[in-house]
Amino acid sequence: MTQSLLEIDKLSVTFQLPNGPVTAVKDVSFSIIEGETMALVGESGSGKSVTSTAAMRLLPELAETTGAIRFNGENLLEITPKRMRRIRGNDISMIFQEPMTSLNPLHRIGRQIGEVLIRHKQLNGKANRQRVLELLNQVGIPEPERRIDSYPYELSGGQRQRVMIAMALAGEPKLLIADEPTTALDVTVQAQILALLKSLQAKYGMAILFITHDLSIVRHFADHVAVMRYGEVVESGRTLEVFDAPQHDYTRMLLDAIPRGRKEPAPADSPVLMSGRDIKVRFALKKRLFGKSQYFEAVRGIDLSIRRGQTLGIVGESGSGKSTLGRALLRLLKSKGEIRFEEADISGLDKSGMRPLRSRLQVVFQDPFGSLSPRMTVGEIISEGLKVHHPELNRRQREAEVIAALEEVALDPSMRNRYPHEFSGGQRQRIAIARALILKPELLLLDEPTSALDRSVQVRVIDLLRDLQKKHGLTYLFISHDLSVVRALSDDVMVMKEGRVIEQGSTEMIFSQPREAYTQALLKAAFLDDEVA
Amino acid sequence: MTSESKPYSGEQAHAAPLPAGGPNPPRSPEPEAGVAPVGESLAKDAWRRLSQNRAAMVSLGLLIAIIVVCIVGPWLLPWGLAEVDWNAFGTGPTLENAHYLGTDANGRDLLTRTLYGGRISLSVALVASFVSLVIGVLYGAISGYLGGRVDNYMMRFVDIMYSLPFMFLVILLMVVFGRNIFLIYAAIGAVEWLDMARIVRGQTLALKRREFIEAAHALGVRDTKIVTRHLIPNAIGPVIIYVTLTVPKVILLESFLSFLGLGVQEPLTSWGVLISEGVDMMESAPWMLLVPSIFLAITLFCLNFLGDGLRDALDPRTR
Repeated sequence: MTQSLLEIDKLSVTFQLPNGPVTAVKDVSFSIIEGETMALVGESGSGKSVTSTAAMRLLPELAETTGAIRFNGENLLEITPKRMRRIRGNDISMIFQEPMTSLNPLHRIGRQIGEVLIRHKQLNGKANRQRVLELLNQVGIPEPERRIDSYPYELSGGQRQRVMIAMALAGEPKLLIADEPTTALDVTVQAQILALLKSLQAKYGMAILFITHDLSIVRHFADHVAVMRYGEVVESGRTLEVFDAPQHDYTRMLLDAIPRGRKEPAPADSPVLMSGRDIKVRFALKKRLFGKSQYFEAVRGIDLSIRRGQTLGIVGESGSGKSTLGRALLRLLKSKGEIRFEEADISGLDKSGMRPLRSRLQVVFQDPFGSLSPRMTVGEIISEGLKVHHPELNRRQREAEVIAALEEVALDPSMRNRYPHEFSGGQRQRIAIARALILKPELLLLDEPTSALDRSVQVRVIDLLRDLQKKHGLTYLFISHDLSVVRALSDDVMVMKEGRVIEQGSTEMIFSQPREAYTQALLKAAFLDDEVA
Repeated sequence: MTSESKPYSGEQAHAAPLPAGGPNPPRSPEPEAGVAPVGESLAKDAWRRLSQNRAAMVSLGLLIAIIVVCIVGPWLLPWGLAEVDWNAFGTGPTLENAHYLGTDANGRDLLTRTLYGGRISLSVALVASFVSLVIGVLYGAISGYLGGRVDNYMMRFVDIMYSLPFMFLVILLMVVFGRNIFLIYAAIGAVEWLDMARIVRGQTLALKRREFIEAAHALGVRDTKIVTRHLIPNAIGPVIIYVTLTVPKVILLESFLSFLGLGVQEPLTSWGVLISEGVDMMESAPWMLLVPSIFLAITLFCLNFLGDGLRDALDPRTR
């Protein structure tokens, strides 16, 4: 038996908040062996990030930590801050979830990586630059000689995460803590980053503590896994054993939380509800009074049609123009081309011309935290559309409608006088759905409605959406980057890349026999194979 | 409903991760005690929360007391604004001759003058702040919301107003309309709203890309409603902070104008004028500085506490 590198022993973390203590981590114990990968899995609020942050001693002052964190036999909770600084970056380093914000935007990346080398390896001048170039090369940044002098904004999300990894590797750590390092990235980029981490691990022989909510990553990546819920480890062991024979109900529930089933197809003779021809959207990058303005073509000529009762899934990575297309179809953005809704051309209508149609074309957005005004009660938010489209209703009638809508999305109607911040992500998304449904729309644009939610919550929201569609004969325009969700909800799928349609067809066809290389790559990176249940 | 209906510990914490990229202390799982009763509007709700804030309520009480004393006080005191007591030039606070807080160098009762000055200072502060609040918030919100060319023109107009020398503007107004206390209100109000407009415009630009504004568009809500119901309430935090900063600024600006002879004229006075007179006499008659200063300081303190309380009370997230 190899000795364990990091041993967490009965760790508890309590936050002393103004309204009483909150225990975020309770009696957590596990250990990581040199050169192996340990995954910490759990849904949001399970305490997985707090555990790893405690290992770096980066918790805020109001956190009270008990237990022991032994790194190479040394209890990290008892050493001096100065000693801890030596360990951070040198022996243990960390990469974060958000590559967009974890680099300082005002410094060149070469300098940011070099700083670690100066601090921990006493490398200066030429040798420093040399080593930075080596690191950039290792993490697969193209043209490192040029990129070393780039600013973070000049790099893509995946490249920034590579730079973060280079920074973490600069001290040649024995343990790398990766806190959801791929969550903010597209699936194809995620696959590349995971492969990179794997190869670097083999090369440096470092251990990785991998924190994630995504079980398919764990299965492909980790040797050991610990499942956390409400601050406690409910189950741990070798990944394969835990996945093949989960002991705890919660683990079973997590493994089970896969969007399942297929949508019943709409009747073949149902009429076309909405169609678009040659839709183009462009954004002005630089406007000039004289001479040529610069434009970014977000959507470059797309044709589509949706029949009543159908769900059209639009799939693509970030920047593919899928959200822009959705907003253009609902006339929330200016576009060129023809948009027909029930045979009528709506592309020329102005704001007041669109208003009567708005109640029939509704939308649910991705971010359940941003799509509800924080200063209005849930009841006010849901009834706002009624005030616009049914001004004849009095207060009592509106109230009755709100209650019905809340019941429809399985929320307790007595919560209508609360504010959005009192609700969880899944509940907020239900509120957003209620706001759209209260107007009895025919077409619902769903723009990544489940992406910000935990898997188990996602599954329930998907079930809800499917039930509502059946009950009210709704037509969905479903935008997502998550292929398993799209498969569970759509009749037809459209794959987009750089503003164009790459491939289009029935869900069955796209998922079983993708024609285009890009679609194949997407499917492969999404680890869908092991989710087929 | 399934377990999701329980307030999910920590899921909200996603909204505001701590800067360390680190821990999101999960909220306590039990439902909050003070659930709002039925049919409560934001204003009522805000008042309920404000009334729980002791510092804010004490400040509010004190402010009201100062305002009432300034209005009623001069009638109850035996001395007039410009009445000279030939027996008491520059005497200190005493109970003997009804000059409770002393007299100034000209033998006029200091308490009476301070209360009269309070009327001027407070009314200038109130009117100018209110004018700057209304114009600034509307102007900034409209400019930021409409964006594009309109925004450009509206903000260039603000820049032009900024570049006008304030003194020049005031003197010009005096020449055209003659001396009048209302001109001071107008002049100060005309300058103060510029900052407010910029602040609100900045807030609006950040807010209008948020999804709840887009959702309002998708619902077909009219532009005026979007501005008044969605944009302005969400920009209110910085606005209130700025108003509490504007009030002292306005009071000082007024005294500056008066000092230059462009503001209130003798025998009328204001706190700013009284303080500047007091500074001259600081060594021989310290009460002349202290009395108006204490009134001013208490007012400003109260405004700050009240502003803080209001900002918290208007944000449903702070309970």
